[in-house]
Amino acid sequence: MLISGLWIIVTSSLLAISTGLLGCLLMLRRSAMLGDAISHSVLPGIVMAYLLTGQKSSIALFVGAIILGVGVSLMIEFIQKRFSVQNDAAIGLSFTFLFAVGVILISIFAQDIDLDQDCVIYGELAYIPLDLWTTPTGLNLGPRAFWILLALAIINISFVGLAYKELQVSIFDPLFAQATGLHPQVWHYVQVVLVSLTVVAAFEVVGAILVIAFLVTPAATAYLISHRLWSFLGLSCLWGITASIGGYLLAWWSGGTIAGAIALIAGIQFLIVLIISKIAKSKA
Amino acid sequence: MWSAVIEFITFREPNIRFVVLGSIFMGISAALVGSFAYLRKQALVGDTVSHSVLPGICIAFLCIGTKNTPILLLGAFIAGWLSLLAVDWLIHQTKIKPDSANAVALSTFFGLGVFLLTIIQHTGNAAQTGLDKFIFGNAAALLKNDVWLFLGLALCTIVLVSIFFKHFALLSFDRQFAVSIGYPVKALEVLLTSLTVIAIVCGIQAMGVVLVASLLIAPAVAARFWCYNLKKMLVVACSIGALGGYVGAFISYLAPAMPSGPWIVVALFFIALASFIGAPQKGIWARFRLGQNNKRRVQEENILKYIYSAQEDGLIKEYTITPQCLAELRNNKTLEAIEPYKRLCRKNLAIQKGSAYQLTSKGIEYAKRMVKVHRLWELYLAHYLHLPPDHVHEDAESIEHIITPEIEKQLIQLLDNPSTDPHGKDIPY
Repeated sequence: MLISGLWIIVTSSLLAISTGLLGCLLMLRRSAMLGDAISHSVLPGIVMAYLLTGQKSSIALFVGAIILGVGVSLMIEFIQKRFSVQNDAAIGLSFTFLFAVGVILISIFAQDIDLDQDCVIYGELAYIPLDLWTTPTGLNLGPRAFWILLALAIINISFVGLAYKELQVSIFDPLFAQATGLHPQVWHYVQVVLVSLTVVAAFEVVGAILVIAFLVTPAATAYLISHRLWSFLGLSCLWGITASIGGYLLAWWSGGTIAGAIALIAGIQFLIVLIISKIAKSKA
Repeated sequence: MWSAVIEFITFREPNIRFVVLGSIFMGISAALVGSFAYLRKQALVGDTVSHSVLPGICIAFLCIGTKNTPILLLGAFIAGWLSLLAVDWLIHQTKIKPDSANAVALSTFFGLGVFLLTIIQHTGNAAQTGLDKFIFGNAAALLKNDVWLFLGLALCTIVLVSIFFKHFALLSFDRQFAVSIGYPVKALEVLLTSLTVIAIVCGIQAMGVVLVASLLIAPAVAARFWCYNLKKMLVVACSIGALGGYVGAFISYLAPAMPSGPWIVVALFFIALASFIGAPQKGIWARFRLGQNNKRRVQEENILKYIYSAQEDGLIKEYTITPQCLAELRNNKTLEAIEPYKRLCRKNLAIQKGSAYQLTSKGIEYAKRMVKVHRLWELYLAHYLHLPPDHVHEDAESIEHIITPEIEKQLIQLLDNPSTDPHGKDIPY
């Protein structure tokens, strides 16, 4: 129990690092709900990939999800700019449509498919230690999800690390970025691709809805108390990790679902930090 | 197939009646409150509330221990209300932006809900089975009682919105003004929020937590493209909501394995898309046509004007010229295109003579007026803005197409019936 608990905490902490970084960027672009939109819209992509390849092979699912993730953000942008619809309405319109298409696909191919709405909505962290990755020679390398999320965390960290300056400029002053020859749009789409990738990976472990808890709540908590981009990013990851640990402990103690408990703890952390910062501000 | 369609349309089976009527009433009340949410730039409130009701349902269940629908709905209502209160507070009292406030509230409430749900499942209480189905919704399972509930809700919403129409309208467009003229803004907001939460809570039963947001947003967005008047917009939104509900129920009846909720969403999406493209005036097709017509008009007017001034300079006779000649004369290749000349012919402003075109008397009059306003404007710029004569032409080139007869009259008056423009050419009257 102890070992598997450790695997769960480590894996969800890795997820928290990826989402913590991306969540900050989403928040700064005022598109926190884009994360929610992407996490719901990848559903038809996953179903299609599953139908076409006939297996739950991760790569096909990732490709399907990325196509849909980028697709939905293009769709939102198109509706917003071409039809001049306000941003939140464009988001709501797009992701509900794509999610509906996903549900319809599932119900059409219900016999051939071993996906159901439950697994899409919830996901289960407790299964992480059960799905092991073994080499052909039989060597046990630990949970598959751990390796996927480790790779993603490395990708995301290197993205933010390598493009730190570019991101900073293109988020805080897109016009200046454009003027100096950086392409804020390109960075935006790289970010969208990464969000889709991360969301799919998160999908299997925490489900479609609670991804948003990982993406936004730790970032929002960090946002309350940080004044610099690097501290914002760092604190966001930190809050995600503490929420993962706290959530696991809460779930272990109470017998509830881990993902739900993590989202709850993240929310409680946010509330506590909010109250403390309010008190500190009123004293100052 | 056809017998099924006829059976559906004639409402012969009571089950069809319940599902169709339930979906329609649900669509109407959601569209109504959704329109106000959309106008108040809170389109995603539906998504937030729908996810946030879950802990309310779970706590209500934990309190009473059975699946008593009214009590569960009450719990859902309270939780949904609290989530909106939290979002509102976060937006106004902290530096958290609206999008993040929604996301934080949504995920925390839903997280708590899922957490409680699993705890309930582990208690082994047999009564809990199917509690989690609340998340997915199922319109096909609507019963007679639900339909009465939806009908009552829809009527209630319509009546309240018509009573407080003026107040809600002002609240949506200019909250500050509503406060300043002494409207009980807080109470009105409470009322509007309550109506919204009730509509969503009922919507979830048929649509599920994810898709219910569409019921609020899609009709409002689509309706916004059809009219400029709030009253009309509400009527259109309700009709679209009802239509979406009807189509969704229809499809899920034809293919019984199909859940109706997603089909309602798909139907609403395509109605919205059709509105974006095809709506008169605001749709992109209408706007595209408008732009194209303008461009064509400018093209035609330029040609008329060029022919007129060529005649004036004695370069051509009897207002007759070939497109190639005109293009050469003005040093503008685009004038070789033959379509604008054809359009002039169709409008009886010119007639074709071999490869050349001649202006009719109507065409000459039109051309004369274009030249007149062009030169009047040049004179106006030179006179009042003290621009040198060689700087006024470009500006007049673009403004001449939008000067109305009224402005023309004023210009003549202002410039005191001038006879020549800054270049020394006669202004034709």
